[in-house]
Amino acid sequence: MTAALLSIDRLSGGFLGADGGIAPVLDAVSYDLMPGQLTAVVGETGSGKSLTALSVLGIQPPAFRRTGGRILFGGRDLLSLDAAAMRTIRGARISIVFQDARAAMNPVFTVGRQMADVFRLHHGGSARHAMDRAIEALGRVRIPEPERRARQYPHEFSGGMAQRAMIALAALICQPSLLILDEPTTGLDVTIQADIMTLIVELCRDQGLTACLITHDLGVVAETCDAVVVMHAGRVVETGSTEQIFTAPAEPYTRRLLAASQLGEPV
Amino acid sequence: MPPLLRLILRRVFWVLPVALGVVTITFFAARVFAGDPTELYAPPDATDALRALIRIRLGLADPLWVQYIHYISALLRGDLGMSFSTNRPVLIDLWDRLPATLELGFTGLTIGILLGVPLGVIAAVNRERWPDFLVRGVTLGGMALPQFWIGLVLIWVFFVTLNWLPGPVGRLPVGIDPPSRLTGFMLIDTLAAGRPDLWFMALKQLALPAATLGLTTLAPIARVTRASMVEALQSDYIRTATAMGHTNRTVWFRHGLRNALLPVVTLIGGVAGHIFGGAVLLESIFGWPGLGQYALQAIDSSDFAALQGFVIYASLLYVLAFLVVDILYMLIDPRIRQ
Ligand SMILES: Nc1ncnc2c1ncn2[C@@H]1O[C@H](COP(=O)(O)OP(=O)(O)O)[C@@H](O)[C@H]1O
Ligand SMILES: [Mg+2]
Repeated sequence: MTAALLSIDRLSGGFLGADGGIAPVLDAVSYDLMPGQLTAVVGETGSGKSLTALSVLGIQPPAFRRTGGRILFGGRDLLSLDAAAMRTIRGARISIVFQDARAAMNPVFTVGRQMADVFRLHHGGSARHAMDRAIEALGRVRIPEPERRARQYPHEFSGGMAQRAMIALAALICQPSLLILDEPTTGLDVTIQADIMTLIVELCRDQGLTACLITHDLGVVAETCDAVVVMHAGRVVETGSTEQIFTAPAEPYTRRLLAASQLGEPV
Repeated sequence: MPPLLRLILRRVFWVLPVALGVVTITFFAARVFAGDPTELYAPPDATDALRALIRIRLGLADPLWVQYIHYISALLRGDLGMSFSTNRPVLIDLWDRLPATLELGFTGLTIGILLGVPLGVIAAVNRERWPDFLVRGVTLGGMALPQFWIGLVLIWVFFVTLNWLPGPVGRLPVGIDPPSRLTGFMLIDTLAAGRPDLWFMALKQLALPAATLGLTTLAPIARVTRASMVEALQSDYIRTATAMGHTNRTVWFRHGLRNALLPVVTLIGGVAGHIFGGAVLLESIFGWPGLGQYALQAIDSSDFAALQGFVIYASLLYVLAFLVVDILYMLIDPRIRQ
């Protein structure tokens, strides 16, 4: 059995309230991401999917307080790293694609400039060279006229185009070993959603990426993912291979989730 | 039409009505509320005939609306009239005094920006920790204390008590002749004249009024920078920049501050209009021969043309300040450029 690339081990925590107490939201969350696999994290809104993912990168909201657990990556506990060590992980080893790509990019810099800045941060080289790599990356995520697009600002991009650029940034510019995608297609047109998912799967396979896909779309999960983590109310309800989860779900909550999406075996 | 040109034209279009409105209000308000200048220029035992003559000479004999029409039609020819008290064209007076106000204003504003913006950033990134409380406390003081009071305290400490800096007697020590006017800026003209000794004197004279101005502008600039930075730092793109591995410095200054600048620029524009419009009390305290002092003297001596000339200058300056703010907006935020 191969070792997990990332292992979340009984992560617990909550939000600091005005009264000084902690309202628990994550309750011993544990799941593994196996190298080269595309793992889906599913569960209703508010179940703690994003919070867990953000904690991996140390970019959780400031009011979040961890009360226990570890996040092991390459044998090291990410939660014990200092700020400088964490920066060598962010982007370079673990990267992330957010839901609303247009808001996730800085409005005052061109898309090309933002990508080039990150390229130079991780790979060095001249500004010219970095911009060429940015344009190349935009081309690879099938953005037409990448040279012109690189000179545009995020607000000049459609939601779908912005998400392509965000994926180019996170996957191709950063070249991480782990890519987290937090609801990358939510809010986009249905036709565009399918294109983006195709692109994500293709890039992950080409780059040999390990990926964690947070999504609501069980249809996409059934088609594309290798493993599934089901979360509910701050806990992991069930984990397993996609086939296991869809054909033989062990937990009633998983069955309800599948029934609601009209996928999987009827209950 | 390019957006920049359209913007400038729109602002210039506003200059005339704004200046006309302001000068009209000043014209009538001064004549109603200020004293009759005849008394200031007539000897105490003047006969009624002499008084009448003086009134004619001062252009005050006609009905108010006739005076107004005379004034406006002269104004349209670029003639701001004569000052009663200096007996020179108001335009020349303003031109003479403008550099003193600009030099003090530039120095003070530069101090305020160079200290205020970084302090605001430091407070924002240390939100609810001691550097934040310190900056908020100090700037609250800076906002609450009147400018003249800060000026007087500085004079008392650095001139009266420590005697490190010269007294409030203007741009150069008493009895020192200024170099011939090239730019009117003392720090430039002294160097151009090859007089580093004078340059140093001028710098010392400038230090306290500029520090006063700097301290009082620093406070609102730091507070607005802080508030705007706190908001910017909560945005999605800041989280992205952090997630991509950028250092805190890059995240705060390149990604955060640039986005936080718009409200700061607006504030600085207003402050600049205020400062360059003549910091009236400040110039009086420091004996600074600028436009603010000129305006105060004009009010004192019911010098109508001088007062109106100053008001026109000040309103032009506000319009200019807002134009500069608009242009900076376009440079800072690409969404406004279209
Ligand atoms: N900044 C915050 N302050 C307080 N509570 C939060 C904050 N962010 C998220 N939460 C709470 O944490 C829980 C988990 O949120 P999240 O991980 O975003 O859920 P999701 O599974 O939809 O991604 C939710 O109940 C949410 O209300
Ligand atoms: Mg979420």
